[in-house]
Amino acid sequence: MTDAQRRIKILLGKPGLDGHDQGAKVVARAMMDAGFEVIYTGLRQTPEQIARIALEEDVDVISLSSMAGSHIPFCRKLKPLLEEAGLTDKLWVIGGNLPAQDHDALRELGFKGIFPSGSKLDAITEYIRSNVK
Amino acid sequence: MNAPQKPEMKKVINESGIEVKPLYTAADVEASGGMAMVGEPGAYPFTRGIHREMYRKQPWTMRQYAGFGNPADTNQRFKYLIANGQTGLNVAFDLPTQIGLDSDDPLAEGEIGRVGMSIDTLRDFEIAFDGIDLKKITVSLTINGAAAILIAMYLAMAEKRGYDIKELRGTAQNDILKEFIGRGTWIFPVEPSIRLVGDTIEYCAKEAPKYTPVSVCGYHIRESGATPAQEMAYAFCIAKAYADDAIKRGLPVDEFAGRLSYNFNIFGNIFEQVCKFRAGRSLWAKIMKEQYGAEKPGSMWLRMIAAGGGGGLTFEQPEVNIVRGAYYALISALSGTQTMALCSYDEAYTIPTEYSARLSLRTMQLLIAEMGLTETVDPLAGSFYVETMTNEMRAKMEEIMAEVDAQGGIVKMVAEGTIQAKVSAQAYGMQRKIDSGEFPKVGVNCYRNEQEEDHPVEFHPYNEDDARVQIESLQRIRAERDNTAVDAALARLRADAAAGTNVMPALMAAVKAYASVGEMTKELVSVFGRYQEPIKF
Repeated sequence: MTDAQRRIKILLGKPGLDGHDQGAKVVARAMMDAGFEVIYTGLRQTPEQIARIALEEDVDVISLSSMAGSHIPFCRKLKPLLEEAGLTDKLWVIGGNLPAQDHDALRELGFKGIFPSGSKLDAITEYIRSNVK
Repeated sequence: MNAPQKPEMKKVINESGIEVKPLYTAADVEASGGMAMVGEPGAYPFTRGIHREMYRKQPWTMRQYAGFGNPADTNQRFKYLIANGQTGLNVAFDLPTQIGLDSDDPLAEGEIGRVGMSIDTLRDFEIAFDGIDLKKITVSLTINGAAAILIAMYLAMAEKRGYDIKELRGTAQNDILKEFIGRGTWIFPVEPSIRLVGDTIEYCAKEAPKYTPVSVCGYHIRESGATPAQEMAYAFCIAKAYADDAIKRGLPVDEFAGRLSYNFNIFGNIFEQVCKFRAGRSLWAKIMKEQYGAEKPGSMWLRMIAAGGGGGLTFEQPEVNIVRGAYYALISALSGTQTMALCSYDEAYTIPTEYSARLSLRTMQLLIAEMGLTETVDPLAGSFYVETMTNEMRAKMEEIMAEVDAQGGIVKMVAEGTIQAKVSAQAYGMQRKIDSGEFPKVGVNCYRNEQEEDHPVEFHPYNEDDARVQIESLQRIRAERDNTAVDAALARLRADAAAGTNVMPALMAAVKAYASVGEMTKELVSVFGRYQEPIKF
């Protein structure tokens, strides 16, 4: 199979203790409709779990959905774990309740794709399609 | 010459799936079932309201959702809200508390006091409610997975302050089935979770008969993607599951049904919402009377809190949410709710600041003081449209409840994840309609500002230091309390949980010994296990 034909494989994780998964599940469906293979983790994932699944499943994209405000402390813990696992060449994406003042910090933590609430579903899937390596 | 052909009028279908006509007449009311279910307010089937005089006698309770940081921070906010005319409290807990973790649990890091106040032991409740008259201000605890523990803690705190818990009023959300569908603060598997709800219902019926141990939430099911008719129908299915458990224990229906309450969503089409409540009141009364043989009117009442509607608010143009909130309060008043917890305009971003919480209070006070909403009971009754739609919404809800029964019941559907998959698919369909502009949303897909200005929302600050203070306080309590008594209380809790005995007396003893939320949860997990989320698309 050539790279162009390879189906994009995505990990969609719900970090931390937040139980608001309506958005995550909606985005998961949009990703599946876009033809991606989606591994949705379910709620309450630790940084260690996210890093482990990303490595084991050999995903192209690591995406998180965060609604309850703990995205920065979570990503601070996740970044070194992803680096350790050699996953820096993967696309890191985050969506949810992400105030504009946190976007620079998230970018510095390696999350290139940032999709705050209100983002269109097609904008998310198109971004992934054109940025995945 | 023939008159020019009129363009075909576009068919309008509301979210619940009912066609909305451009004009209603007496013939529509008749065709939908007539006025048989309208009745009088305060009398069966309660379509027009559960009380005869409704707001003339007492306006709705104003109960803004509040809580953050540690108990001392929250106590200040409670006092601020009460000073500004709030008449009840609606307590927000942080996520570690909600899922039964102590503040010093490694999984709690970064989450302590973030979306609500942090509670570890009875000491925290003593601080949080210090100086608040629990007879004058009723307290609603928004707690589910750890509800049995927090109810015990609340009752123990009140007892310690000299209140007679036989007379104590208050509410706990304690609706675990909806947590599996949306909101997600579950801890134990489905069956033992329902048993714990049953333990609280049974205990309160006997020991705290004026306390409302359950507030069944259509609210979060709607937020997860359900239509308004599904929201109410699924909530009734859930309430019936709890009622069935109580009856299996031998409790007579009239001893507990009057203490069940509800929490419903308000966003969407005004008339669809008002008719949802009018229809729901009569349907619930009918269910309790005909299916459960309830005799006391109170057992048939659909007592409810409304006015929240986070799913209707937008990130874009947040000030417009202030206007949406005003309509939500209006709809709630027209719907005959007992209590309002109006969502604040900044809810899409952050927990409310003092300013936005006060603005929500003023919105509700405006309806009472200036707009005449408390003067007449059920003012929309008799409208051809409202009476027809009320009948049609009732029929729709009955249809949905029958579908649930045909699929094996709500408990089975929740445990298998089929109801979660259904509402999630609907949420996806709705998001596609919003993205395409088919479902208009002001500021999102229409009436956008030429250049979206920076959102003028002020963020409630998160104080990292609160976590340290909370952990130190917990560790101090662990060092100072009588740990022999704690160990004995925890052993009894585990034994009672394993034996199938009602765990509430053991929890009361444990909280009084200053056992922590995390310690008590661990004992229960050791017996019940943990819920495994079924993931279905």
